[in-house]
Amino acid sequence: MAYRLGVDVGGTFTDLLLIDEGNGKTFRAKVPSTPADSSIGVLNGIERVCSDAGVDSSSITHVMHGTTVATNTVLEGKGAKVGLVTTEGYRQVLQIARSFVPGLLAGWIIWPKPEPLAPLELTVEAKERMSARGEIVRELDESDLRKQIEYLNSRGIEALTVSLFNAYTNGVTEERIREISSEIMPDVPVSISSEVLPEMYEYERAITTVANSYIAPKVRLYVANLDSELRKRGIEADLHILRSDGGLTSVEGARNSPVNVLMSGPAGGVAGALWVAKNAGYKNLLTLDMGGTSTDVALIQEGVARRRRETTVGDVTVRASSLDVRTVGAGGGSIAHVPELTKALRVGPQSAGADPGPAAYGKGGDQPTVTDANVVLGFLPESLVGGDMKMDIEAAEKAVQTVADGLGLGLKEAAAGIIDIVNENMFGALRLVSVEQGFDPRDFALIAFGGAGPLHGNALGKLMGSWPVIIPPSPGVLCAYGDATTRLTDEAARSLVRKYSETSDTEVQELMDELTSAARVAIDEAGISENDQTVHYEIDLRYHGQGLVLPIVFSASDFKNGGLAQISKRFDEEHTQLFTFALDVEHEIVTLRAIVQGPETIVEASILDKAGDDPSSALIKKNIVFVDGREQEAGLYDRAKLHAGNKVKGPAVVTEMDSTTVILPGHIGEVDQYGNIIIQPSGA
Amino acid sequence: MPAKVIQSDETPFKKIDLDPITLDIIESALKNARYEMDAVLYRTAMSPGIREQHDEFPMIANPDGDMVVGQFGSFMHGFKREYDGTIEEGDLFLTSDPYSCAGAISHANDWLVLRPMYYEGRLIGYASMFGHMSDVGGKTPGSLPTDANQIYEEGVVVPVVKIYKNEELQEDVLNVILHQCRMPHWNRSDFNALIAGVRLAEKRVIELCERFGVDSVITAMDELLDRNRRAMLHLIRESVGEDEKVYFEDYICDDGVGNGPYTMACSMWREGDKLIFDFEKTDPQSVSSINFLLNEEMFKMFVGVYMINIFDPQIMFNDGFYEYIDVRIPPGCMLKPLKPAALSSRTHALARTFDVLGGLLGQRAPDFMVAAGFSDSPHFFYSGYDRKGEWYQLYQIGFGGIPGRPIGDGPDGHSLWPSFTNVPNEFLEAYFPLRIENYETIPDSGGPGLHRGGNGVKISYRALEPGEMSLHDDRWLTYPWGVNGGLPGARSTKILERTDGSKEIMPSKCDHVLVEEGDILHFCTWGGGGWGDPYERDPALLALEVDRGLVTIDGAKRYGVILKDDLSVDEKATEQLREKLRSERKEIPLFDRGGEIEELRERCKDETGLDAPKAPEFKKHVIKMLRERQERVKAQATGS
Repeated sequence: MAYRLGVDVGGTFTDLLLIDEGNGKTFRAKVPSTPADSSIGVLNGIERVCSDAGVDSSSITHVMHGTTVATNTVLEGKGAKVGLVTTEGYRQVLQIARSFVPGLLAGWIIWPKPEPLAPLELTVEAKERMSARGEIVRELDESDLRKQIEYLNSRGIEALTVSLFNAYTNGVTEERIREISSEIMPDVPVSISSEVLPEMYEYERAITTVANSYIAPKVRLYVANLDSELRKRGIEADLHILRSDGGLTSVEGARNSPVNVLMSGPAGGVAGALWVAKNAGYKNLLTLDMGGTSTDVALIQEGVARRRRETTVGDVTVRASSLDVRTVGAGGGSIAHVPELTKALRVGPQSAGADPGPAAYGKGGDQPTVTDANVVLGFLPESLVGGDMKMDIEAAEKAVQTVADGLGLGLKEAAAGIIDIVNENMFGALRLVSVEQGFDPRDFALIAFGGAGPLHGNALGKLMGSWPVIIPPSPGVLCAYGDATTRLTDEAARSLVRKYSETSDTEVQELMDELTSAARVAIDEAGISENDQTVHYEIDLRYHGQGLVLPIVFSASDFKNGGLAQISKRFDEEHTQLFTFALDVEHEIVTLRAIVQGPETIVEASILDKAGDDPSSALIKKNIVFVDGREQEAGLYDRAKLHAGNKVKGPAVVTEMDSTTVILPGHIGEVDQYGNIIIQPSGA
Repeated sequence: MPAKVIQSDETPFKKIDLDPITLDIIESALKNARYEMDAVLYRTAMSPGIREQHDEFPMIANPDGDMVVGQFGSFMHGFKREYDGTIEEGDLFLTSDPYSCAGAISHANDWLVLRPMYYEGRLIGYASMFGHMSDVGGKTPGSLPTDANQIYEEGVVVPVVKIYKNEELQEDVLNVILHQCRMPHWNRSDFNALIAGVRLAEKRVIELCERFGVDSVITAMDELLDRNRRAMLHLIRESVGEDEKVYFEDYICDDGVGNGPYTMACSMWREGDKLIFDFEKTDPQSVSSINFLLNEEMFKMFVGVYMINIFDPQIMFNDGFYEYIDVRIPPGCMLKPLKPAALSSRTHALARTFDVLGGLLGQRAPDFMVAAGFSDSPHFFYSGYDRKGEWYQLYQIGFGGIPGRPIGDGPDGHSLWPSFTNVPNEFLEAYFPLRIENYETIPDSGGPGLHRGGNGVKISYRALEPGEMSLHDDRWLTYPWGVNGGLPGARSTKILERTDGSKEIMPSKCDHVLVEEGDILHFCTWGGGGWGDPYERDPALLALEVDRGLVTIDGAKRYGVILKDDLSVDEKATEQLREKLRSERKEIPLFDRGGEIEELRERCKDETGLDAPKAPEFKKHVIKMLRERQERVKAQATGS
């Protein structure tokens, strides 16, 4: 028997999912996270899930892991002390950044500027210069550089970044500096920009490379500890880490380019959604992953999640591929308030967090949150099935009353208002990934998960016109599914910045081959033969003179058949779809990327017993909920007792251990054979 | 004749009793629409000014023309007053003439597109957007000749035209316009991008009408204006006492043709619920292009934004409060120049308006008090033919020090304008025959204070081809003032270093500077003024800033801080020096301008290496004549 294990470490809980590779049977476990050293929580969880399942841990062959260790390192400011080497004249590259001040006119009055990730006092200059064409204009002054490195060494830096001007065209000087550094301080790891991100734009390349250095020690230590602890326990499985772009990387890959796992966590949710959707037979969908403090949304088209060439964590935005996941500060813990001045109802971005949490948790919170509003409306039952927490309804009502008073509305109306506003905030985020990218949300299904997603999914489906709304089984641990079901991936990229007239199909083909070999290395090392690898390419194109790039995805055979001409034709089409026009201007290649993937993981979903439409065997009782402006009777169902084919008529509330699903009046939730609740407007 | 709106359905909109939640939802949706407009434009525009630096402004207005979302306020009232024609479904207007839209845009480089939005035959509002074109022809590359005397020298000026009529592009008209520009394919692309932006706004507003009903959307727009009106009234009553007049003046150092400084002066007082801003004492219009046609409504917006930002930054700025603000600008002054005065280099006066506003409001409400800051967008231009015989042309906006603020230090080398960003130097080197040898902030250029002003930026451009440069900057003679005891920031400088090693101090504003391969221009912008008493600043923080190279050891002495060789604080010496400096200081002034104008003029040559500008002489009779002519034209137009 062989098993694969998906592990997702979140802020509060570590979720585990053990999958029997033979029959697709799954076992799940939820244990508290251990923020001080999250590998402890993971190992605790492995013990728990194996003992629950009666499985010997040595029969686990693959451990797939989505981690927030990198994200948290940045958010908490607990990364390495990074020294930075720039080209002479560019020492303040991070201090000036892009000169951008967020906010509106006069926004600068109230903007607190974040400190650079590599302190300015630990930034030194190399006397050297490369031209924009990759020719050395000024040779490196090595003796001066040695002094600079010795100086940084004396200041006790823990990691070094080298990011020289124009190094995207030629990395030779950066490599030389790395050599010198390892002579002087062999224990200090070095990241160089021509390897981490060989792309134009000095600030973006520097911050990305610095971020790599900044998180490297924490990520490396974590991965190494976890790997060795697994082995100590007799688990000889390959450990893989989920990248921000939804692919998997090896231990070695995560060690070398930690910046690629910055948003490993949210990517797990999207990957999990992909897996569910594939089983349920949906290819186009929007994902809604709503937790306690924030909500992540993403768009999946034809079974592929949209990616972007950027990852943002807190104040830091780096150029590393990530799934196009947008985050809004709207979650179950978001606090509602009514500013004196405008009398407008605002929800979030402040959150009651896990401690004290919503008033209803009875842990001393007294601010009205989204969760409290859900309690007041009757959507969150007093006690959850299988859960040991009770909701303090009185405390929730008292908190929401403050909003009602501020607005001059009744208690229930105010609670409904809070829900409407938070839904609108999430609606805004969903629009960013759909409408703003030229997609009509009515062509997409919506999959809602995370602790709070299933409470709001139906309402958002209504707003977006996205049907059906899919609520997967155990929506609280979906990320772990994602971790367990993704593919090993690596990529190699090169900035070109050439007009079509300055290059040729032959030159691009040669570069494609070169990049393919580079990207294969890590996949080869994981023991995957070339036959099992799939390769595709991405070319960032624009009209010469434009600032944007649009990535066009193609295969080796696409290129053989159509060459660059075919690619520019597709660019024109996409440009027209997004922006309503195309131009008669020469095309320009900005970056070329080869992406190599391992084989797909086949995990069969478990199948529920088929039964009739009638869900009454799962009915716990009838409750009163406030919806559509009036009180209505709604069934409260136990999800574990629902069978495939059951049709739950709204208004209804379906509870399970880690989440609660709301089905609104005028809608029906049908349970499919995989246990998903498929919500549609009645009569659809 | 004012514009006439044509609707196939004239039924007035019904006022709906809207619940507060729907209102908030429509507010969010409109806000989102405005950000989507920006996003589309950045992604598709071509001229670096828009695509890299984001020099553009979107707006959505209600059917009456009041701005519901946007930044610069609505110009619709002025537009409708001046435009003699119809507004119909399927129209899309284009203009670049400041004089035909009451200064909604203030120079011919800004192209404004305006779309009346219709729903089922009724006008439901307007979407508009304008952006700065890198070139619109005229006597200098970049089309911003400082020495222009009349607007006719500043390139193609597009009157208000229906560039789309009944959804059909007037291709010939567009071609005539593009034919005047040096980089027509940039203009065409930017034009398309602006149109994509307003069409997107229109689509969003129509979707809202479909979702909530048109009457709800129109009612919501009114209520949003109302909400803003109430908030602003409250602020005005709270923060400005009645009948106390405050006065503030600031300056434009020179006009690029040897005269200066020009005074921008404003008085502010409250009468009942009305806040009055009177520019009576502002200098008359200049003979060069530094004039700024200041749209009164836009100025109201600036006032509102400054005030509201502090109290509820989530609020959507709009025109709701306009009735509570009265702006008086005498015709013929440099903020309301009369046609055909040149306008292209209005950047200095536009941005200086914010210093004037800060100085006025700051005297009344300490919450608003900020020092003088990087109130300008200095421009750099470089153009010529490269070795391959291809024309290259660069227009770039520079940045400097944000002023010291109540919440803390002003950031070094950042933008006061929202959403603006710098152009990456690697991009410049890849596309232009340039090498950027140096790009850093200038130590000690931020004004000392409890909260330091941000440092200015030094950027050194080495020319790799012979070409022509233009420089546009200011604050080389007057200082960015400090407040509440803070000292002024450093002034700007420009030095041209030739390959033979000679150095030439360049005027702040000059065109047609010929450079050879290898010449370097050091373009240094100015620092932000300091905020609060510098002798109260934590000495340990100065030690850190010296370590960072943002302040020098000597510079720290201006804060009364003495550092040892190892950069630790010499506590005793610091205490002594601070004691001495405090006793020498008579009183802590509200504003520190670094000297009166006459003193600055006297010290000018010694300190800056440049001759002091001549005090401008204004030919009163010319202005009187122009003013009378304008009155006559207006009278004829209204038929009286």
